[in-house]
Amino acid sequence: MSAIAPERTGATTGRAEVTTDRTEVTADRTEAATQAIEGSQSIRLAPNYWPFVVPALVVVSAVIVFPWAFTLWMSVNRWTLGQSRSFAGMENYLRLASDPRFWESLVHTLTYTSLSVAAPMLLGTVAALIFDARFPLRGLLRGVFVMPMMATPVAVALVWTMMFHPQLGVLNYLLSLVGIPAQEWIFNANTVIPSLVAVETWQWTPLVMLIVLGGLASVPREPFESAEIDGANAWQQFRYLTLPMIAPFLMIALIIRTIDALKSFDIIYAMTQGGPGTASETINIYLYNTAFSYYDIGYGSAMAVVFFIVIVALSFILLMLRQRSQWNDAEGK
Amino acid sequence: MSSRLLNQIGLFFAALVVVSPAILFFLWMISLSLKFEIDNGAYPPILIPERFAWSNYVKVFEENNFLLYLWNSVLVTGTATLLALLIGVPAGYGIARLKAERSAVVIMIARMTPGLSYLIPLFLLFQWIGILGTLWPQIIIHLVVTVPIVVWVMIGYFETTPMELEEAANIDGASSWQVFRLVALPIAKPGIVVAFILSVIFSWNNFVFGVVLASRETRTLPVAVYNMLSYEQVSWGPLAAAALVVTLPVLVLTMFAQKQIVAGLTAGAVKGG
Repeated sequence: MSAIAPERTGATTGRAEVTTDRTEVTADRTEAATQAIEGSQSIRLAPNYWPFVVPALVVVSAVIVFPWAFTLWMSVNRWTLGQSRSFAGMENYLRLASDPRFWESLVHTLTYTSLSVAAPMLLGTVAALIFDARFPLRGLLRGVFVMPMMATPVAVALVWTMMFHPQLGVLNYLLSLVGIPAQEWIFNANTVIPSLVAVETWQWTPLVMLIVLGGLASVPREPFESAEIDGANAWQQFRYLTLPMIAPFLMIALIIRTIDALKSFDIIYAMTQGGPGTASETINIYLYNTAFSYYDIGYGSAMAVVFFIVIVALSFILLMLRQRSQWNDAEGK
Repeated sequence: MSSRLLNQIGLFFAALVVVSPAILFFLWMISLSLKFEIDNGAYPPILIPERFAWSNYVKVFEENNFLLYLWNSVLVTGTATLLALLIGVPAGYGIARLKAERSAVVIMIARMTPGLSYLIPLFLLFQWIGILGTLWPQIIIHLVVTVPIVVWVMIGYFETTPMELEEAANIDGASSWQVFRLVALPIAKPGIVVAFILSVIFSWNNFVFGVVLASRETRTLPVAVYNMLSYEQVSWGPLAAAALVVTLPVLVLTMFAQKQIVAGLTAGAVKGG
């Protein structure tokens, strides 16, 4: 690691020279070339890096920016596929505001998200603390631990559906071993969201674990040694040393997890399609049904816009919290 | 000395507890896929049956056209990943050298955007162009997944590669393209491997794009396995076998490339804040 450090400094200085004005560079080019031919090594020609970025810019605007512009336009139109289209102004947005099914789906989304952020955060942090230590077969176990997040969500969801089966499922059998009565899991409106959250938690705890593990790797050893001498117990060391030091990583995990949980689709769609009834219908599922079951793409687009605003707003609030906590830390010193 | 050993054993068992949901799930998945209907319906459930139903796997390929869907998946994931590498590796290089940090924000926003909001406009577009019956719509829309991953990983990688060689080549009169192709690219090989692996996994696993865009002949594996639910009497053995076939390639890849995946994911995630 230390061998790379001086090279990195070199890279930074090199880059500072690159950031000269581009027009100036072009003008200087012939002159610089002449000088280069003359053998003057001191003048460096700033390479033009833009051509490397242009193809990606074109693709990104075609596949990401164009759809956004088009979605905005569709959202102010009355448009069901196969029927004629007409301008609707804010009608779709007003309709959303007074659509009880939309509000219900918003509540489902927020419930689902808060649970599937909290559980993986807690379990992932505990797992990271374990995997940060040294013990036999650590690499192998960590590899197995990461597998759920790499497995195909739909395939995973189908197997969970079989395990949740009220009569033949293995989960109710396991519950019966410890004397808990059989549950209806995803087939009951009251338990469907917690059951789906269990699958989401099973799949995404590893991501939190990996991020926090990265944070733990950057924690220095010395403060713990002096804390030990001062007689701090393990909990105190965790609470007052480890936790503040990995806080930025926990925040990153929190933000990523929140975005992903809000957007969750595969697991919910494959297991319940929003059911029973609409008990597990999140905004994303309602959006899918509106656009691709009812083909009401005008209304669906308005929903997509509002949904995106919800995601950005929540991420923004979390980022603000992160900044504020850093500011408070600085103030505390 | 012995207390340290005890500590290690304690940690090992704690880790075992934490990993057990993953182990038990995959064991049960394998068990379901290798049992005949009668064993899958047994109560109490059987983990290891007396006779293995290898025929479940044969059934998956014989009755469900799975070879075609496997080929579709390979084509979609392969093409989308190669295209993403082709444009994403140079882009990552350019962005890293330009220090264009705002483009990183664009990629973060791409991550925040729900996949469905790309689907409505692109679905209409593909319909107008008239390519809905082919694999192209899926290949193009998978770029939404693969390009940001590749660019993201490559920015992180090129930021840490040394500039001296590139500068030297530049002074010797090499063009920007030659510098990239002959100096930067060879050093970046490990980064490209990471980008390739992550791109393949997330494209392979994608379901939502296929469920909207795929027709009967153009389904990818995740869509095909989901469709098994709807058009046949659901029998658990073949369904679990199909689920395993779908996810096995990524699980094998995960096992073999664990280090690269962990490095790529944590780097991306940490930078993501």
